[in-house]
Amino acid sequence: MSLIADNISFVARGRHLLRDISVAVEPGKVLAVLGPNGAGKSTLLKVLAGELYAAQGTVTQNGRDISGIPAMQLAQERAVMPQAASMTFPFVVRDVVALGRSPFRKLSTRQLDQQLVRRAIELADIDHLSERAYPALSGGEKQRVHLARALVQVWGMDGADAYARTLVTGSDGMEAHRQSIRSRFLLLDEPTSGLDVSHQHTLLAVARREAHQNNVGVLMILHDFNQVMAYADKVVVLQNGEMVADGAVDTVMRPDLLSAVFKSPIRAISDPDGGAVLVSQAKHNLDDSLA
Amino acid sequence: MVTSLRDHMPVNHRVVVLILLMLALIVAVVISLGTGGAQIALGDVIVHIAHHIGLSGTGIDGFDARVLDTLRLPRILRAIVIGAALGLAGAVMQSLFRNPIADPGIIGVSASAAFGAVAMIVVGHLVLGSYYPVVGPYGVPMAAFGGAVLATGIIRVLSRQDGQTDAAIMLLIGVAINAIAFAGVGVFTYMADDAQLRSLTFWQMGALSGNGPADTPALVVMTGGVLYLLGLGTPLNLFLLGEAEARHLGVEVEHLKRRATVVTALVVGAAVAVSGIIGFVGLVAPHLVRLVTGPDNRYVLPASAICGAIILTCADAVARIIVLPAELPIGLVTGIVGGPFFLGLLMREKKRRRL
Repeated sequence: MSLIADNISFVARGRHLLRDISVAVEPGKVLAVLGPNGAGKSTLLKVLAGELYAAQGTVTQNGRDISGIPAMQLAQERAVMPQAASMTFPFVVRDVVALGRSPFRKLSTRQLDQQLVRRAIELADIDHLSERAYPALSGGEKQRVHLARALVQVWGMDGADAYARTLVTGSDGMEAHRQSIRSRFLLLDEPTSGLDVSHQHTLLAVARREAHQNNVGVLMILHDFNQVMAYADKVVVLQNGEMVADGAVDTVMRPDLLSAVFKSPIRAISDPDGGAVLVSQAKHNLDDSLA
Repeated sequence: MVTSLRDHMPVNHRVVVLILLMLALIVAVVISLGTGGAQIALGDVIVHIAHHIGLSGTGIDGFDARVLDTLRLPRILRAIVIGAALGLAGAVMQSLFRNPIADPGIIGVSASAAFGAVAMIVVGHLVLGSYYPVVGPYGVPMAAFGGAVLATGIIRVLSRQDGQTDAAIMLLIGVAINAIAFAGVGVFTYMADDAQLRSLTFWQMGALSGNGPADTPALVVMTGGVLYLLGLGTPLNLFLLGEAEARHLGVEVEHLKRRATVVTALVVGAAVAVSGIIGFVGLVAPHLVRLVTGPDNRYVLPASAICGAIILTCADAVARIIVLPAELPIGLVTGIVGGPFFLGLLMREKKRRRL
């Protein structure tokens, strides 16, 4: 079962921000969303997350229309890493990450929660920050906290790996089973925007691992063509609220298509280590490009 | 030191704080029982309480016992319930508006309740006509309650757009309502005659002397509201992350906002109906508590309720003895202490922002 947007349109104040978009976030796959600023990428993510309601079309999560599913149940099957979240109250980082466990507060044990929180903090490389107050962190550090929070949520009752899974026993076992037959989804809104290069790759690798090893359906909004090629399985390109391309990464990521969408010359250059990299050309003379 | 404690016993530390607060409340109640125009020795107070709960066979002398039972105990019970209601309402509002300066007084709920009360005192007999004697002592508390509910309704309706409420806009609308309600109170104060002015001061500056049995419905509403609000700890924690994030984590955000604002209004309206406006408790109690427990609402909510009860019990004891044989309105006591505290809070916040 997937997270599917079927023919959705979203209208705000008479403007079509999305028009007839159909995408499917499939378990086990990484779907990248690409497009210029204002193309409707974040709007699409918000519609998929149930945060905005589409004017037309439906969104189904595991086969059911999300408008009829209680927020709690949606949250047990889908986690979102936001672009930026502000919080004025000085929660420590570990507590913010632990908030990701709250959809499971009636099902989970404290032991499992603590274990998952520890593992996520490790993966997001925020171990050294875990006792710091969240509002005092830098933008990139905050994003890593939200990655960890989204991870403990998307792990649900199955856990980060087989070891955690063995902790779920007894009467919770049936509930855990019910949970595990439903697919889970992770939506990341420009997750790399505030991160340094090394942490960008860590994050992308973590997201890809969730898809390929834990069978999570991952959607992420990205801006870097080469990251799309390296980490995504499929890609959707949006422009002015319309879908201009979708499909497997190798078929969509062509210099001609991207040059047209981004209105900027993009070339493929062969990499001495094999394959090709996409590079955009610098604009040295702004007057020429405006003319 | 605090951090290391939290490391090793993350829950126990905060449970200990709750227990210590409860003990502090009991101590405050016992001291307050002994304080007043007629000083009663602490030993006598304790013997009297022990006699009441059947631990001690002999009581204390008749006059002191009557002072405790008929004057001070009901008053202190009102202080506890109202203090808990205001402290908790403040903590809930601060989380709901994600703004550490939110308080029932700031968003106009208290002022609107006072407006209702004042309107009833000054023009109630004209509007209600022959029904005025029928509602009797219930009239003013009910009008106060109605004012609070009406104000909350207006704030909610005005801040709704496309089926959603924006917390920041809601706070600003509340500030505007606050100004309008105070202007209304001013108009009625101008219209009032001498006798009415006396009872008006009661509503504007607060008093715990109460209205006798007419207070019972309000006290019941407050107790029920407090119990409901105490259960909102985890959803309000998620709310602090942001409304979208709370929804992603399974909170029905609009439900939570609706229920929390309505119940808070009921509780604050009921509090004003009993005691008039008592400012700053809703602001000060949660902030004091957060200094010790951190921002986790699962502890902040109950601790704010207890802390509010302690503050009001102490403030009431001060109000009773500071200008003997008269009694200072309790709202003045909380204002004199709360105002500077609020300033200190802003200064601290300013320093932190600069870091």
